[in-house]
Amino acid sequence: MDLPVWQALYEELGPKGFVPFAVAFDSGGNAAAEPWISAANSTYPCVIDRKHIVAELYDMVNVPSAVWIDEQGVIVRPSEPAGVTDAFRKMDRVNFSIPPAALAELQGKRKAYQDALRDWIVNGSASRFAPKRDDLVRRLHTPSDADVRAAANFRLGEHLAERGHRDAAKPYFEEAKRLRPESWNYKRQAWALEDPMKAGGPEFWAAVDALGAGRYYPGPDDI
Amino acid sequence: MASIVDIIYAERTTASVGADVSGEALWLSGLDFERVSGWAHRSEGFCKADVCIPVPPARARELIAGNRYNLIALAGLLGQPVVADKAHGVWCIGETAAERQRALTSLNAPDFELPDLSGRAHRLSDYRGKKVLLVSWASW
Repeated sequence: MDLPVWQALYEELGPKGFVPFAVAFDSGGNAAAEPWISAANSTYPCVIDRKHIVAELYDMVNVPSAVWIDEQGVIVRPSEPAGVTDAFRKMDRVNFSIPPAALAELQGKRKAYQDALRDWIVNGSASRFAPKRDDLVRRLHTPSDADVRAAANFRLGEHLAERGHRDAAKPYFEEAKRLRPESWNYKRQAWALEDPMKAGGPEFWAAVDALGAGRYYPGPDDI
Repeated sequence: MASIVDIIYAERTTASVGADVSGEALWLSGLDFERVSGWAHRSEGFCKADVCIPVPPARARELIAGNRYNLIALAGLLGQPVVADKAHGVWCIGETAAERQRALTSLNAPDFELPDLSGRAHRLSDYRGKKVLLVSWASW
């Protein structure tokens, strides 16, 4: 969880006009998110998004995903993995240890991302990490008809689950996953509602392994 | 059949709405229709903010019955995805892909309002004037 990382950046760069806005994609609501938010002592806004509304608005398919937004409310960098890499896949699945080389890769990526963010906060549109408009529009992934149908199914499922109809919710979660197989949010959230351990359990690792050479975090190539 | 239903319309969820459910149709009073969807029936057609969509005469009966309006027919007219669980009285009408695409490619950050742990609402646009890192995470 990166909430403490954003808190440290907020304390450093808040005076320069920067604010993190954290959104928990958590259909489990406060009960699921509260321990993490309290532990981070965050003083920036941390909101709870039970229906993954922000995921649909910004076309996010995984966590952590981030979007940079300037002072005028204009998107500077569209949704992308926020300082994470696929190196976690080298984790020992029994004792959760990470080989030193993979750990170095994870730490390096996180630092590079924070440095890029710092550069933009200081230099604004002159930052080399603020793509030009044409490049930015090219990078944008926008939702298809199947994607918006997936979102509608997910929301209906979440609503039923929230009202205690967990079995009735399942077919809608399944349909969301079928319509948008690249969404790890749908997969892992549905697993977590069945059993909190399942989102990181054997089903998760089997799905990650099924990616083969494909990436879990298809990150940007300029950070 | 007169029912009490929950309607999720794009980002807005409205619980316990009085409706007539008939086949695939979901008929609401004009007041509830606007409260749920933001669309209102006017002389120009169905209107929301500064957009009005004329009612095609061939589809008028599917859309309007006296002072009742069929939300599912409007969704069909607009091309919105509809998912319904009639057994539990829940409908979800999503936004169209075209509208999501238009919003994102404008590069204007789509606005939203969500609660923090204490229930206090935060709007993204409350933070205009600052550089914002909008970042997702999850407990799972």
